Amino acid sequence: MDSDLAVQDGCEGSLARTGTATNSDQLAAILRDQWWAAVASITRRTGDLEVAEDAVQEACAAAVTQWPRDGIPPNPRAWLITTARHKAVDLMRRDALRATRETEAAHEMGRRVAEPAGLAGQSLQPERASGPLGDDELALVFACCHPALDPAVRVALTLRSVCGLATAEIAAAFVVPEPTMAQRLVRAKRKIRQAGIPLAVPGRDALADRLNAVLRVVYLVFTQGHRAAGDSRLIRADLCDQAIRLARQLSLVLSGEPEITGLLALLLLTDARRAARTAPDGSLVLLADQDRALWSAEQIAEGERLVEAALRMGRPGPYQLQAAIAACHSTAVSAELTDWREIAALYRELARYEPTPVVLANQAVAVAMADSAEAGLAILDRLASEGRLDRWPQLHIARAELLRRLGRPDDAAAAYELALAAGLPVAERDFIARRMADLAAG
Amino acid sequence: MKYLFLLYGPDRPLPEPGTAEAVAMFERWSAATGPMAEAGVLIDCAPVQPASASTTMQVRNGEVMLTDGPAAEIKEHFGGFTLVECADLDEALKWAATLPTAAEGSIEIRPVINTSPPG
Repeated sequence: MDSDLAVQDGCEGSLARTGTATNSDQLAAILRDQWWAAVASITRRTGDLEVAEDAVQEACAAAVTQWPRDGIPPNPRAWLITTARHKAVDLMRRDALRATRETEAAHEMGRRVAEPAGLAGQSLQPERASGPLGDDELALVFACCHPALDPAVRVALTLRSVCGLATAEIAAAFVVPEPTMAQRLVRAKRKIRQAGIPLAVPGRDALADRLNAVLRVVYLVFTQGHRAAGDSRLIRADLCDQAIRLARQLSLVLSGEPEITGLLALLLLTDARRAARTAPDGSLVLLADQDRALWSAEQIAEGERLVEAALRMGRPGPYQLQAAIAACHSTAVSAELTDWREIAALYRELARYEPTPVVLANQAVAVAMADSAEAGLAILDRLASEGRLDRWPQLHIARAELLRRLGRPDDAAAAYELALAAGLPVAERDFIARRMADLAAG
Repeated sequence: MKYLFLLYGPDRPLPEPGTAEAVAMFERWSAATGPMAEAGVLIDCAPVQPASASTTMQVRNGEVMLTDGPAAEIKEHFGGFTLVECADLDEALKWAATLPTAAEGSIEIRPVINTSPPG
């Protein structure tokens, strides 16, 4: 299912120019795996994410020319970090040169001149070749997801600095021009430095709140991939994979936090349906109509195991509840034989944490399945009358589906029209067009 | 009695260090602040980082809400200031949240640029 998965790396631009396909794929995979650790290490040494990223980028470019010639070094991470450290020293010397000409003292460069000392010596600890995340990597992800940064920028910055996606790739995911995204990323990196956003793992008292901000970003990376707005492709597999990789690595180091485990379970259980979610022509297939044989049994098994382990910790939260809901769907033989009563109860519980219209709308759908379409429609009609969700196409689609089942084709068609007006990816527009044609045909 | 002169101007970065523009700017400011210092009236005078480095805080029902950027759209009037020295933004946010204004209005946390005379 990953055959069309483009490995998007911060180094991909340079990789595309050299090497055979196999070599550059292998190289890209290694560099992508080491990107986070390398950027994190140089960021700690320089205190400057902008410099760190430029330095690691240059080190990756050097790897692309040297490794095919000299062979891949035994410890690629140590090689990258050492090379990036030298590049960072060069970059900061260049800044320092400018700073010595400084007659206007009121300038941030002055700070940089004082600090390259941390870069000069060898590191005190040998670089880990791989394995669980260290404090540097955690510190980097906490900085990128800091609540003082704009929420959308947190997602973009994490994709760039932690996942190593190219700016062009992130721009495409957000449907903005590349220079716009580049500008946003630079601004965010500068804010981290200028505002003194700490490059450290938060202390115990702040950890829970800050962790929530990180989990939110991981979740948004996934949904950005799962429902790629304005993209003709319905699912951006690379973003989904990045989110799962992030959640997995975070869950390894913060295994005592049930919400991380819950989030990883949720992503795996949702992603397990990836192959069944789009038809061969690229159009959307609703959960009820999906070929369950296409679901990944392996991901479902792991997701179920994780959600059970998380719930056993006795500290439920919104991600665990959403994962439990996803697990109900994943273990059902068919849509009809799904435990909708359990799902409705889980949504009711979820609404205590997140009383959002979206959660209430989902609860309504579950109630419609468990009790009656009328009962579900009543909840949806109440939500629709509030008007806040006019631009949320899923509400109109859900209403349309229930109206169709209740034998009210004209009302259903009107609701589909509202969904279309709210804007949808091409695949979902096609789905609605087919539904409307069915209704018209009676 | 202390007065804070809150200096409003266009949101633009300082001139590049070493440029003629930067030197001229420093001289213009020194010409004003030098005599103020000699007269013993000057406590501190510093530029701040651009609005893009700013964070606005509100505390409502005990919940801290942060906004990336200045409090541009909030209809509140500037009514005072507090200058603190902290290790990082998290520490500054912790202290800011304890001020009454956090619950009643909003606080813009704008990092001050550390200045020293050129030399």
